[in-house]
Amino acid sequence: MTAQKLSLAKGLNAGLRKAMEDDPKVVLMGEDVGKLGGVFRITEGLQKDFGEDRVIDTPLAEAGIVGTAIGLALRGYRPVVEIQFDGFIYPAFDQIVSQVSKMHARSLGHLRLPMVIRVPFGGGIGAVEHHSESNEAYFAHTAGLRVVSCADPADAYWMIQQAIFSDDPVLFYEPKRRYHERAEVELDEAAGAPMPLHGARVARPGDDVTVLTYGPMVKTCLDAAGAAEGEGKSLEVIDLRSLSPLDTDTIFASVRKTGRCVVVHEASTFLAMGAELAAQVQRECFYSLEAPVMRVGGYNIPYPPSRFEEDFLPDLDRILDSVDQALAF
Amino acid sequence: MPDDAMESAPQAPAPVRHHETVVTGPMEHDITDGGPDMVQFVDGDGNRLPTSPANEAYAKIVEDLTGEDGRSMYRDLVLVRRIDAEGHALQRQGELGLWPSLLGQEAAQVGAGRAMRRQDYAFPGYREHGVAWCRDVPPENLLGMFRGVNHGGWDSNANNFHLYTIVIGNQMLHATGYAMGVQRDGDVGTGDPERDTAVMAFTGDGGTAQGDYNEALVFAGVANAPLVFFVQNNQWAISEPNYKQFRIPPYQRARGFGFPGVRVDGNDVLAVYAVTKAALDAARAGQGPTLIEAFTYRMGAHTTSDDPTKYRIAAEVDIWREKDPIARMRGFLASKGHADEEFFDSVDKEADELAARIRKACQEMPDPPKPAMFDNVYVDPHPVVEREKADFIAYQASFEGGK
Repeated sequence: MTAQKLSLAKGLNAGLRKAMEDDPKVVLMGEDVGKLGGVFRITEGLQKDFGEDRVIDTPLAEAGIVGTAIGLALRGYRPVVEIQFDGFIYPAFDQIVSQVSKMHARSLGHLRLPMVIRVPFGGGIGAVEHHSESNEAYFAHTAGLRVVSCADPADAYWMIQQAIFSDDPVLFYEPKRRYHERAEVELDEAAGAPMPLHGARVARPGDDVTVLTYGPMVKTCLDAAGAAEGEGKSLEVIDLRSLSPLDTDTIFASVRKTGRCVVVHEASTFLAMGAELAAQVQRECFYSLEAPVMRVGGYNIPYPPSRFEEDFLPDLDRILDSVDQALAF
Repeated sequence: MPDDAMESAPQAPAPVRHHETVVTGPMEHDITDGGPDMVQFVDGDGNRLPTSPANEAYAKIVEDLTGEDGRSMYRDLVLVRRIDAEGHALQRQGELGLWPSLLGQEAAQVGAGRAMRRQDYAFPGYREHGVAWCRDVPPENLLGMFRGVNHGGWDSNANNFHLYTIVIGNQMLHATGYAMGVQRDGDVGTGDPERDTAVMAFTGDGGTAQGDYNEALVFAGVANAPLVFFVQNNQWAISEPNYKQFRIPPYQRARGFGFPGVRVDGNDVLAVYAVTKAALDAARAGQGPTLIEAFTYRMGAHTTSDDPTKYRIAAEVDIWREKDPIARMRGFLASKGHADEEFFDSVDKEADELAARIRKACQEMPDPPKPAMFDNVYVDPHPVVEREKADFIAYQASFEGGK
């Protein structure tokens, strides 16, 4: 019996452990990732088992963490960096955009940076400012990076390993409000090969409207699909999993089938993933579309104080409202 | 002392009280005088200076050098200056889009570069043509990025010389991380001179203001990494002088990060070599980082796009011309009888030949095929890049006769 019931956090922890066992060059680094196991306990117990050289409690400086991770990667390591919260990645923005994304190209292929930058992201946890952001679009916009997001414990376990063994740098977005969601995880590859890192998954098949989403909104969209079913509407929920590159085959096939598309994410909608998805879907599925592509996301304001967040974030009602608009066309 | 010792140790003078650290006011920096802490062995006229509290810790390293070492250093200085002059000329003739000149900083770079061992690794900014030369990087490799045919593109691991980094200070962190990797590989403090490895991170006085620079010093200090931070203080960050970058000179700030800082006369190749060798030896032995501030001067413009007459006076340049690193080494070697006119002439001739070789390579450097811009964005196949490349090729081919 190789399947276990794990939380998403434990899935990540088990995936990190497996990667560290498989390759001695895998090192974890970040603020409080050692003794404490990270503020979300994702790296819990790993320093104890793998030592301080492989699970590095770094000084509190994000540019320093990512910049030194680049150096470690250049020396042949596979660093896995933890950014403590989404809103703390900006000090490292320069290193990520100026160096991480470009190193392979500017070296004409001589150098590789097989590193992972883990980012707990999104809101809904009642946190203070800078702890609830969804900044994935900045990095999805940047050529040279790969950007993925897991939504459930099984993907957490497998995708983190796939990201670590990718020879390209990967931004790995973790839905922090789903860290404690639990599900059965098959830990044995022999029991069924995991999906490729950059494939989208039909999380729930349906016929009337395609709902494209990722990360923390996957569960919300599945809940919405359940509610819609009671009203006789069949939603197909697609967990994108990979934000860059996109698995457009899966996306387009679904929209061509349903003729309607709603994109849902927590990020503010202006120039976010939904904008790119809407542009590509209208270009490639033009003759199948029965309605404009709808976007449901955060409002275009700074992430509000937590007393507002329930109304700021897409919820079941807002998603279904957009679904109804799409169906009304 | 070797049989072919370059010099006999001069008579030590009476000990003098070591200079105490003084925090200077913002306008009080003397940009022509490195002060009594500065390690120096040869003055501007090529005279060997006596042992002093500042240089005595490094005297043995200089005394162990041979006449051949001295001649070889001189050769490097002259060739590096010539590489630089050729880069400048090629820009003026339209062959390069830009050239950042190292004129005046030859001794700082040759002294540092020559102190490195084969297995050591250098992380340069974009002006380190002299370090590149000492790492045996073909000078032609440096031209591509300034000609616009690539962004560097050389194989860093062929000579342990990383790509030039244009965003000021980014590379200090890469060097630090690399040194942390060296530690994890166990290549520090084994006592094996072929194995123990140190890393050098290069930047300038302007770079010391960057967050990345300061974070690198924090990380290196905490990790006790085998690292030498080498700051070429050439007095000018484009148009901004030292006093607009810092209140305390870089070498004095090292202590705040938990490791030693040394100011060395950046125009004295023997002093730079000795100080850097000592710092690298300490790093390889597991004694942690050192910060070296090479006190020097940017004789030329920031780059070929800059006009220094807008912001600095000619008299200042004249003062530094008297401290020229090549004239100084030449005077020293001649006065010690280690080199004659025939030798100096032969080096000049070699420089001419090198310049001709570089010029030819630059002029003949082909433009890469257009679709090459899509290459190496990712290691693994990427659908967007592959589709755009195919579309681009088809679009180009759609013109009459192709493109």
